[in-house]
Amino acid sequence: MADAVDRRPNRGYGRWTPFWFLAPAVFTLLAIGIYPTIFAAVTSFRQYNITRPRDGFPFVGLENYFTVLSDDTFWATLGLTGRFFLTVIPIQVALGIGIALLLHTPGLGVLRALARVTLVVPLATTYAVVGLIGRLIFNRDFGVANQALDFIGIGGLDWLGSPAGAFAAIAMMDIWQWTPFCALIFLAGLSMVPTEIEEAARLETRSKFMMLRHVQLPYLLPGLTAMLILRSADVLKLFDMVFVMTRGGPGAATDLVSVYIQRVGFRVFDLGVASAQAILLLVLTILLARLYIRLLYREIE
Amino acid sequence: MTKPTSRLLHGLGLTVVVAFSLFPFYWMVTSSLKDQTDLLASPPVWTFAPTLEHYRAIFADQKVVNAVINSLIVATSTTILAVMLGAPAAYALARFDFRGKQDLWFWFISNRMISPIVLALPIYLLAMQLGLLDTHLVLILIYLTFNLPIVVWICTDQFRSIPPELEQAARLEGANQWIIFSKIYVPLGVPGIAVSAIFSFIFSWNELLYALVLTRRTVQTAPVVATSFMSGYELPWGKIMATGTVIVLPVTVFALLVSKHMIRGLTMGATK
Repeated sequence: MADAVDRRPNRGYGRWTPFWFLAPAVFTLLAIGIYPTIFAAVTSFRQYNITRPRDGFPFVGLENYFTVLSDDTFWATLGLTGRFFLTVIPIQVALGIGIALLLHTPGLGVLRALARVTLVVPLATTYAVVGLIGRLIFNRDFGVANQALDFIGIGGLDWLGSPAGAFAAIAMMDIWQWTPFCALIFLAGLSMVPTEIEEAARLETRSKFMMLRHVQLPYLLPGLTAMLILRSADVLKLFDMVFVMTRGGPGAATDLVSVYIQRVGFRVFDLGVASAQAILLLVLTILLARLYIRLLYREIE
Repeated sequence: MTKPTSRLLHGLGLTVVVAFSLFPFYWMVTSSLKDQTDLLASPPVWTFAPTLEHYRAIFADQKVVNAVINSLIVATSTTILAVMLGAPAAYALARFDFRGKQDLWFWFISNRMISPIVLALPIYLLAMQLGLLDTHLVLILIYLTFNLPIVVWICTDQFRSIPPELEQAARLEGANQWIIFSKIYVPLGVPGIAVSAIFSFIFSWNELLYALVLTRRTVQTAPVVATSFMSGYELPWGKIMATGTVIVLPVTVFALLVSKHMIRGLTMGATK
């Protein structure tokens, strides 16, 4: 600290000033974030089933963790979460880039502005309500999705009643909600390409693909990185829409990890095991956050 | 490709984007205006005589009205708190040098990434012991865990763009740090503060998991009530879609009005 003062003699503020500005936010977040996390960590070492209070809450060591790690359902829900990520992300990236390029192309002012503004609608729609809309659209009897299928000559599908249909339905609603986010991030990236470079390149090639690959892509990569990491954290916590639309079913077809932990915690009320699951999920999230930090640091430097 | 053809394709593409963004929303709103027969028509009908019966039904239902009021109380309070706590922190992060600043900034942001289910379990147990289940307070506090990081993130960026010369000039005139923050940074940082407040409000308004777990009867929020219609054999689709519209419409109109700023807010960090 002392040599910092020597190098910058006119800092003009006391050593504790930043602390006073930061303290309220830091202590609030610590109190409502860290304390419960420690509480969860402690609970994860106990047998804690509140439907059986007579058992008490004895300390059981790592037993809950062994239960979770040998629980095939837990691994299956994690696997399904990964599969969901790998299904929706490539589509969101591809559609996002496509939409961003469309919006970036000059001309058609009013329609273009309209398209840009309407992208905000999916983002502002409550996740739970997205699930409700999904249940209406993908209804077997009167859903508009089946009407569309009829139109192209494919018979009615029991979307939410069949494993593949339900998975496809939640994927499509997620794609609807998050493609605009990707499009906006890519649009911001495209608008950072210096105009001179873009115009010079346009004289060299008429190919849109060459343009994207060699001129625009470098400007899209930072946004892509941030998006990938943010969305992977989002998918790990994805709950509202799936809970409303399918509750994890039929069978375990849409049983994502957050939906499963919620069920163990608040339907079965085995809070010890659920806490162990939550702590493992937290570890996974922190690993992702570290990855995020590392990639972001590299960009800043 | 000739000019007119590419223009046509461009227009077609943009039209598809508009239709894609609006369709599920459009379908919800129109469904909420259909009577039961039209709603359950197979195949679905696109033209119908609109009726407000479902809206009358839900506004006559005290449960829905209360839920909207609860949502308003919780979202407004948590937004105000998040801004009051987050903006000063953002100022410190934007304009002071101290050890571990970068780590602290990332710690704030990483709170945004934690799954609600991780905190929902212990908060449930704590709230139960403290008698705070089913209160506004517990939701307001827990919502800070994802709103405070957003405010810090957006405001830090905003405050950085304010010329430091203003601060130096004020200091020469003898202004203390708090005056500088409240008289220079807050007024000039209004766009960033407003965008972060909007996000914070929308996130709290939309939250379901914590609300589901931490509320029972008196403090149910709007998403919880909308979801609660989904149990039972015969689903009241009209009421469900009307409630959905009531929840989503104000936020969406609001978001559309400020979409220019929102888009700027969204791209932050991603384009660094």
